[in-house]
Amino acid sequence: MYQYDQYDQAMVDARVAEFRDQVNRRLAGEMTEDQFKPLRLKNGLYLQLHAYMLRVAVPYGTLNSAQMRMLGDIADKYDRGYGHFTTRQNIQYNWIKLEDAADILADLASVEMHAIQTSGNCIRNTTADQFAGAAADEVEDPRPYAELLRQWSTFHPEFDYLPRKFKIAIIGSDTDRAAMKLHDIGIQIVKNEAGEIGCRFYVGGGMGRTPMIAPVIGDFVPPLQMISYLEACLRVYNRYGRRDNKYKARIKILVHEIGADEYRRQVEEEFAHILTLGLEPPPAELERIKGYFADPGFETGLSGDIDRSDPDFALWLDQNVHAHKQPGYAIVTISLKPTGGIPGDASADQIRLMADLAKAHSFDELRVTHAQNIVLPHVKKADLYALWQKLDAAGLASANLDLISDIIACPGLDYCSLANARSIPVAQKISERFADLGRQRELGELKLKISGCINACGHHHAGHIGILGVDRKGVENYQLLLGGSEGADTSLGTITGPGFNEDGIVDAVEKATDVYLAQRTDGERFLDTYRRIGMAPFKEAIYG
Amino acid sequence: MKVLTGNDLKTGDVIWWTGEGWSRHVNDAVDAGEHPEAILAREEAAQRVVGSYAIDAAVTGECVRPAHIKERIRALGPTVRLDLSLKPADPAAGNWVI
Repeated sequence: MYQYDQYDQAMVDARVAEFRDQVNRRLAGEMTEDQFKPLRLKNGLYLQLHAYMLRVAVPYGTLNSAQMRMLGDIADKYDRGYGHFTTRQNIQYNWIKLEDAADILADLASVEMHAIQTSGNCIRNTTADQFAGAAADEVEDPRPYAELLRQWSTFHPEFDYLPRKFKIAIIGSDTDRAAMKLHDIGIQIVKNEAGEIGCRFYVGGGMGRTPMIAPVIGDFVPPLQMISYLEACLRVYNRYGRRDNKYKARIKILVHEIGADEYRRQVEEEFAHILTLGLEPPPAELERIKGYFADPGFETGLSGDIDRSDPDFALWLDQNVHAHKQPGYAIVTISLKPTGGIPGDASADQIRLMADLAKAHSFDELRVTHAQNIVLPHVKKADLYALWQKLDAAGLASANLDLISDIIACPGLDYCSLANARSIPVAQKISERFADLGRQRELGELKLKISGCINACGHHHAGHIGILGVDRKGVENYQLLLGGSEGADTSLGTITGPGFNEDGIVDAVEKATDVYLAQRTDGERFLDTYRRIGMAPFKEAIYG
Repeated sequence: MKVLTGNDLKTGDVIWWTGEGWSRHVNDAVDAGEHPEAILAREEAAQRVVGSYAIDAAVTGECVRPAHIKERIRALGPTVRLDLSLKPADPAAGNWVI
């Protein structure tokens, strides 16, 4: 993992001191809320439905055990004993006191963490493939590039007041586990026929009220020119992105309105100019960063055999454990989606336990996934059973990864001041309706995503089954979408028809799964069947 | 009736205007009349409350019930964590919101 140098630490420490002074001035009445609000937002501190909410950045979703333990301790010391892992690979605390905010940032800084780039119209915290550095299908580890991107984007003066917030995801595999094409910029590290590494730029994707899939703008940018190409993409956006209408201010609108070809032309022109300035980081810097992400000390000659005699363990093994690049090791995903639970929530004790398990079994590393789960990336196969037993004892062994109960849900109207309807109770009811794991496995891969408003933090556009909560004259109403996807086969869901109340939407989901079971052919996922037979049979079953 | 709400500057708690000060309990809220702007401006300036505004509410029985579900959730707490709400001992408290 990357470790702060003196400059990183000095910047973060200075930011804490600056914010402490700002909070003190606010509490002393020396600043109005209008003056203070943009300052607290720059430090991840929102005012939400019930209290202040602090969003802590987890750069490219990567944590060590000391950082994870600190997140648990903060939940206990300053919040109400839990945290919420988000679809941006971050963590949020829902019950923060303004008086404590600077102390929390100081605690975070002590483990090389902060809340910078978690709010405002800047380049937000970069997300990445949660299997980076471990996946068997990886072309190149994206984390060094993500770290380079973090250093470039943090406090970048030119891009600190963009027309709108800006989200970047980076992956290094053919398998997209980061919803890359639904970001403002998605970068895929690819290898060409000559075996050279390059960056493919997808620009202008996003969800929200105007969902769009990003087109390819730069097909093969040399890795050492990645930053210059980003500069060019951002500079064109910063120049022409709309500032008169926040609903049309994201880069996806610009790319759509002028067209991908014209946007690409302008980027290439700007890129050619930037290359003359020599802004690229020196190769030695990238190599220095890469050194932090070298493989840990994997043992060799390990057996790949696993005793599957415990049937519950075997189910978890099949569902939540993925192939690792190193023989004898595996990637473990810890589901934060127990039956009837709140997607993404973890208690302080659970957070600390996951930290301890990472220390003991995963070379001190954890990852947060955009699907609101936690990954231990490097677990020895021989340790899997012992690990599973510890997770099971803590309620963390749900064997439901990528099944219908592995639901992405935003905080919704239970916590969020922007929401129109509650998301979590719907997720809980669906999770309980499909509690039987055998039934879930019969349904196979089925990604269900719920948002409590059109801002789509719950990624409903990209759900095989998506649910959007809306406000109908003060009453919660839920629209059903089918056919979305966020991977290599990214697609946007289509609304089935009129919405439902809370119980009705759960019934509608069940009817959609019944259609799938009746109509599927061998090997088809829910999404495949939907794409083959279309919306009509589903509508007939749901509304007929 | 119009009642006034906002968040406590220091703690962030949801609070309600009682006519003399602020309370965490919605049932302490009083009718602020049709022109509460002066109260809101004074209280914001006094740095006691942040993000304050007026909402519609009604008195039902002995309870003050905000008209919109969003404000009822603010008044009670998250319906999915009633243990953290203002009525942790009442398992049916969430029904009041709906």
